[in-house]
Amino acid sequence: MKLTVWTYEGPPHVGAMRVATGMEGLHYVLHAPQGDTYADLLFTMIERRDHRPPVTYTTFQARDLGSDTAGLFKKACQEAYDRFKPEAIIVGASCTAELIQDDPGGLAETMGLPVPVIPLELPSYQRKENFGADETFFQIVRHLAKPMDRTERVSCNIIGPTALGFRHRDDVQEITNLLYELGIEVNVTAPMGATPSDIARMGQAHFNVLLYPETGEQAARFCERTFDQPYTKVIPIGSGATRDFIEEVRALSGATAPIDDQSLRQTWWSRSVDSTYLTGKRVFIFGDGTHVMTAARIARDEMGFEVAGIGCYNREFARPVRSLAKDYGLEALITDDYLEVERAIEALQPEMILGTQMERHIGKRLGIPCAVISAPVHVQDFPARYSPQMGFEGANVIFDTWIHPLVMGLEEHLLHMFRDDFEFNDAAGPSHHGGHAPKPAVADSPSRPGLDPGPHGQPIEVPDQVRDGVIWLDTAERELKKIPFFVRGKARRNTESFAAEKGLNEISLDTLYEAKAHFAR
Amino acid sequence: MTDQFTPPPALGCRTSPVLKQRGQREVFCGLTGIIWLHRKIQDAFFLVVGSRTCAHLLQSAAGVMIFAEPRFGTAILEESDLAGLNDAHAELDRTVNELLARRPDIRQLFLVGSCPSEVIKLDLSRAAERLTQQFAPKVRVLEYSGSGIETTFTQGEDACLAAMVPVLPETDARELLVVGALPDVVEDQMLALLDGLGIGPVRVLPARSVDAEMGVGKNTVYALTQPFLTETHAALERRGARHLPAPFPFGDEGTTAWLAAIAREFGVSDEKFAEVTEAPRRRARAAIAQASEPLNGKSVFFFPDSQLEVPLARFLTRECGMSAVEVGMPYIHDAVHGPDLDLLPAGPQISEGQDVDIQLDRCRAARPDLTVCGLGLANPLEAEGLSTKWAIELVFTPVHFYEQAGDLASLFARPLRRKSILTPSTGVAAE
Repeated sequence: MKLTVWTYEGPPHVGAMRVATGMEGLHYVLHAPQGDTYADLLFTMIERRDHRPPVTYTTFQARDLGSDTAGLFKKACQEAYDRFKPEAIIVGASCTAELIQDDPGGLAETMGLPVPVIPLELPSYQRKENFGADETFFQIVRHLAKPMDRTERVSCNIIGPTALGFRHRDDVQEITNLLYELGIEVNVTAPMGATPSDIARMGQAHFNVLLYPETGEQAARFCERTFDQPYTKVIPIGSGATRDFIEEVRALSGATAPIDDQSLRQTWWSRSVDSTYLTGKRVFIFGDGTHVMTAARIARDEMGFEVAGIGCYNREFARPVRSLAKDYGLEALITDDYLEVERAIEALQPEMILGTQMERHIGKRLGIPCAVISAPVHVQDFPARYSPQMGFEGANVIFDTWIHPLVMGLEEHLLHMFRDDFEFNDAAGPSHHGGHAPKPAVADSPSRPGLDPGPHGQPIEVPDQVRDGVIWLDTAERELKKIPFFVRGKARRNTESFAAEKGLNEISLDTLYEAKAHFAR
Repeated sequence: MTDQFTPPPALGCRTSPVLKQRGQREVFCGLTGIIWLHRKIQDAFFLVVGSRTCAHLLQSAAGVMIFAEPRFGTAILEESDLAGLNDAHAELDRTVNELLARRPDIRQLFLVGSCPSEVIKLDLSRAAERLTQQFAPKVRVLEYSGSGIETTFTQGEDACLAAMVPVLPETDARELLVVGALPDVVEDQMLALLDGLGIGPVRVLPARSVDAEMGVGKNTVYALTQPFLTETHAALERRGARHLPAPFPFGDEGTTAWLAAIAREFGVSDEKFAEVTEAPRRRARAAIAQASEPLNGKSVFFFPDSQLEVPLARFLTRECGMSAVEVGMPYIHDAVHGPDLDLLPAGPQISEGQDVDIQLDRCRAARPDLTVCGLGLANPLEAEGLSTKWAIELVFTPVHFYEQAGDLASLFARPLRRKSILTPSTGVAAE
């Protein structure tokens, strides 16, 4: 038993959902109890998908356990086929269904469905989300891909992007364009956007581009073994890695077309004098293995940071991350315990964190700026604009993303010079970030009503609860404190303007609510 | 006391035929309740004994990840825990010791059962007893089930409160117990109204801390503020307490009827009742009139989710001028939901349980102006041109009693107002 507050990865069946949801024409029948449907909202809310994930949950309840959960599974499977008519079906169990041992794969096989049915064995009590995605995609490829003649022109498959991936949407576009410039056609991109019949023709490609080892490595290895397709090992995140990737692709394909790198601004931005302040900033890097390893290279070699700590949450990548850490003179932190990461950061006191959404919150608590480089994803990791991590545009995006949380060059100096200035101090945060540092609040400080910071930072006493000539009666003032802080200021302003409009000179509990009703909409 | 309302319909929905279907349910499990319960009960920790899925659900259910050190966590079962149950108990003891050592401020610990812990028949009541003995009197350890195989979404709160009832001390006092977790600001408003009526002392379950004085016995009368508290209702009846059935306190009518049921029980005069409720009722009506303008004449379809569907349908149809197409509930309990069903005019399809694909077909065919559904369905339906309101927001937002009546109407009106702003041709009045 392991005490967990926050998790970096979901269970393996969520990984399978990422594959199924990324693909088209595939349906996932998941033997699972009521409640496991929560996973749908990861896709519809975080990723803002406009379709439900193609998943049917059998939704068994306690009263079914003694009777026929297997029958329930077969019924759900048949109905899913009849309704959605997929080209292929994957079947599996969530953690609870794994315990009741109904064998969804075996059951589905006996049903004689007219499409391929691919059983998944995802051990919920041992493995996690990335494994689930990697294994699911591997099984789909293993069942569906057939040896075929190579395409006439040099082509490759792009392997690894899934639904709910960290910037997968834009990375695929960036790398597809890069390959096109090199004169290489993309045969199939999978899982994202592929149908089962696309998977069937993966064998036509001359080689594979593996973008996300976390979710595609098993399939890439399988294709290497079975179809004699070599795959790329360099992950093109950062300008140096992108150049290495281009060389690797040229070696695999024989392509000689020149690449136009005019759009790569990151290298000059990094060299320009304004960036001097970045030199030697101590950064702590944490995330999934692939993004962490690429970030370390960018941090040290392309931004001029000092890597002060490094680690990853997915144990599958412990070995390469440890060996990379050694090159940086560090010991890697391999853990999926959020509190352990927090302790490490607290002990190291880096000047910046390159982490996940979890580390962003650690940073917020500790007052350390953080840029997000890796999953687990958050609604903010699906921006409306094009913002890849890979390729030359990815390098530009990363430069901007990483310096955004920092206090910039000259401003940093000014903070040191005037650190006691009442408005302009370290607690105020970078000046280009709006409103995140709470001011020594007038309206919002529950313990000190009526204390206004004076021109020299000294609180000056004003008569209790009198503002703008209106008196807040004690009960109303106390009621106001119960309103969440982020709307309290608005409530106070509305109430006061309501009182002014009505010519009232004191605000009672009733006035507060009269105003609330007045402004209700 | 309730003479200012539209008269109750000649035919309500209490006797309407109920459509019961069984299939995929697009709802949360009872663990979700922990997200608000852990904020409400400030000295409690909720320890889910479950799988990585449970931990992931808790993290995802609030729509976005929430951080700060929460007063909940998951003891994730691992392969080795599944092999022998005795080991699982020893492991649980070790985990609880670790947790309580780290959080010395915790006074109540809830062990929360999950689908996997129930399937392997891990007896949490035995564990709770054992741990209570170990940590008494400093920490009280209780257990309840939040599993998906037993509970739907808000039923988790019900199971939690029901678990607290048997350990309440016995009392002979004639007291009012108000049951249901409400935001503090709303709870205070309610207490102020009851105080104005001269009713007190009033006890509230759940209390904000374990030290709150509260007892139950045959002289206790209780009112429910949430329509999903059916097990708690049964547990209180077992203790001899008496239920005051009433519509739920949503909107002007629901709040007034709810208060009136209590006022009658405590012999409050009509004059006194009118005097206390007159001003807030007037405000509520004005706020509803203003906020519900975009709702007037529109149709609404409820997917079963929070269990608030029937009282909300009553509010929307009787106070906001909407018509209900279908009102789905995870389950219907006559004693608890009857008073609201009586007031809901016959017409809408009442449904219980869910087969989500078939229900979606009905919804698409009906093309309601507003669909109330879970987060998994909202964006897909919006993409099909249907306006939606996420049901979970109704559980997280202060919506009870008079002063929130306008807010409640605006929660439903906002999606329609937004649509009219973004696509002015839809014909919804912009403001």
